[in-house]
Amino acid sequence: MSIWVLRGLRDGVVTTRWPRRPDEYADSWRGPVTVRPDAGGTSVPEGLCPTGAISDGDGGVHVDQGKCILCGRCVAERPDVFAWSAGATGPGAAALARQALVVPAVPETDEAIAAARASLARRTAALRRSVHVRHVDAGSDGSAEWEIQALLGPVYDIHRLGIFFTASPRHADVLLVTGAGTPGMAGPLRTTYEGMPDPKVVIAVGTDAISGGLLGDRLTGVSATVPVDVFVPGSPPSAFGILNALLTATGKLAAPGTKGALR
Amino acid sequence: MTAAVTEPSVAALWEALESRVARGDRFAGLFAARSGDTVTLTAHVAAKDSRGIDILEAPLPPGAASYPSLSPRIGAAFWYERVIHDQTGVVPEGHPRLAPLIRPGDPDEHVVPLHVAGYGLFTIPHGPVRSGVFESMEYLVETPGEAIPHLNMRIFYKHRGIAGQFAGLTPADGVLLAERVEGIASIAHALAFCHALEEIAGCKVPREAALLRVVHAELERLANHLDVAMRLSDAAGLAVATARFALHKERTLRLVSSLCGSRFGRSVVVPGGVASVPQRPAEILPALGRLEKQVLADAGVLMGTSSFLDRLRGTGPLLPERAREHGALGPIGRASGYSDDDRFARPYDGYSLLAAEPIGEHTGGDAMARLRVRFEEAEQSFRLIREALEIYPERTRLTARARLEPPDGRAVGWAEAPQGEVLYDVAIENGRVARCQPRSASFHNLVLMHEVFAGDILTDFPFIEASFGLSVAGAAL
Repeated sequence: MSIWVLRGLRDGVVTTRWPRRPDEYADSWRGPVTVRPDAGGTSVPEGLCPTGAISDGDGGVHVDQGKCILCGRCVAERPDVFAWSAGATGPGAAALARQALVVPAVPETDEAIAAARASLARRTAALRRSVHVRHVDAGSDGSAEWEIQALLGPVYDIHRLGIFFTASPRHADVLLVTGAGTPGMAGPLRTTYEGMPDPKVVIAVGTDAISGGLLGDRLTGVSATVPVDVFVPGSPPSAFGILNALLTATGKLAAPGTKGALR
Repeated sequence: MTAAVTEPSVAALWEALESRVARGDRFAGLFAARSGDTVTLTAHVAAKDSRGIDILEAPLPPGAASYPSLSPRIGAAFWYERVIHDQTGVVPEGHPRLAPLIRPGDPDEHVVPLHVAGYGLFTIPHGPVRSGVFESMEYLVETPGEAIPHLNMRIFYKHRGIAGQFAGLTPADGVLLAERVEGIASIAHALAFCHALEEIAGCKVPREAALLRVVHAELERLANHLDVAMRLSDAAGLAVATARFALHKERTLRLVSSLCGSRFGRSVVVPGGVASVPQRPAEILPALGRLEKQVLADAGVLMGTSSFLDRLRGTGPLLPERAREHGALGPIGRASGYSDDDRFARPYDGYSLLAAEPIGEHTGGDAMARLRVRFEEAEQSFRLIREALEIYPERTRLTARARLEPPDGRAVGWAEAPQGEVLYDVAIENGRVARCQPRSASFHNLVLMHEVFAGDILTDFPFIEASFGLSVAGAAL
């Protein structure tokens, strides 16, 4: 057994220092598609987006990142209008309101976010030092589970931030939900949510959980079953994106503008 | 390379299937499609020597409410016929246990043991929300306390109906959906789907794209096998080993994202080739070499840790004759002496250009043999990636994809996922997908969990589950 001690020392410390320090991999991450600021009033071809995330109305071109599966077709066809958003942890990587995922922002969004932030802050004031998380898969493709599992590994190591996974919903403060919301999981998901003590926070992990993604015409995400507080786009989101959402949800990250700082 | 045969009746279809399986061909799947009041049964058979996978079909008489079940004759059809019953309502007469599989099952199963009788027996319902980060499924363990005389699996919780979602999609959209059928084997699913389209169109993938497909497919295999090693170490409580394999897996996913921007190789494979060809993919070689050294060293130490091996040795044995009868796919079959690896038996993309050989034979059939197979496959993946990158063309102008506009037609495409063979039976009409039936190795293999608990007890459960290394998403579709 002692040989494992030596194997464990092999690579030194591999844990990211984010959020105290910036992380190169997180910052180089390619996020959901956004609209270029210089796009102007161009029109885009009908049916360009396989999930219908692009709308082209009076207010110009908008992308609903809650539907974006990051296939990159729009960026390849119309690089003058669309671009990848940069970074796994920047502003917008975890949205506090569903409409905040629509870019560029529609006018009434700011108020909704402010209200959501205030409600979340009231609920999570007591959770800052120790947070327990329960994960439920409501019909994912299996990849989001890998990214959540990665948080427990040596690179992300969420225990250093006082975040722990728990087996029982009775001990959980945060519910991480993945998957497009299958009929079979509606009951177990609801029961898990109801089994959690108040205050509680729900995070929808990935485009499938937010809108159903490619299955969106039949399965529309988990919002109909549980009230979602934080939306993490991505298909699947990166481990950094999920970590960022956990810290945002529990008020451990300072407000936007002071990126990378722990509160 | 797909032969399609339509038999006049179900009886003739079963005769044909039985005689082919007796000849050594492999039963690879059974599906039903309803159009109007006619249900057509479709079987897939992997031919032993023709390097293809054939379609055998027979229509049921119009309005038929039942047909004679295949399961008593070919046991591997057991789950396939339950799905057919769930989807079409047609009853396979004589099926051993026609319980729902992708529709919600009997709620009483939670309460009392239904399948074994005796004093003090009870049922442990395990799932669908389970301790730890798992995909949702439920195990109903009927037990007197320690032994597991009967295990029932309920996968309907995750049934997304994704197979039906293909109809009407363009080929380009179809690939995106195929990638999400089984998210941890995105590349293999995208490949199998595209191979079917390329077969219909008679299209040849450019050499550089074919090699890049191999690189991505093998990185995916590596990540999956490292995931299994991590889960097994975790089950044994080896904290350092768990962390080491988690680190190796993370580094593998980062290699993938350095090639294409996605950690799961999403949007890499497109019909006719790949989305884009990196100019110098060989840049990953130094990092790959470091990873290889560390993975092999840790694997060596793990396979010498006696407290770990004690938990794996003799655990969850799948007998070689059962593996052959069932046509067990991927590492599960290979650990029980049965191997039909599509990369070598029915080579596709760049595999025919590479010199690598299949791994040696294993017959142990237990969790330890399955882990050995995975480590040997991981070693082979490193070799295949290096080989593919060595002969990757060094030209300034590379072609990512061939033009592909499939005419009306139907074909079966296949690819060897980390879990085993993935099949896609795709029909194209007017340039769009008319029907598509995916079949993952996870679905074909998961049913074998029923029969590997000979003498094993509750504490062996996590080892057996992890050693199978399957995905519920791919099984429940």
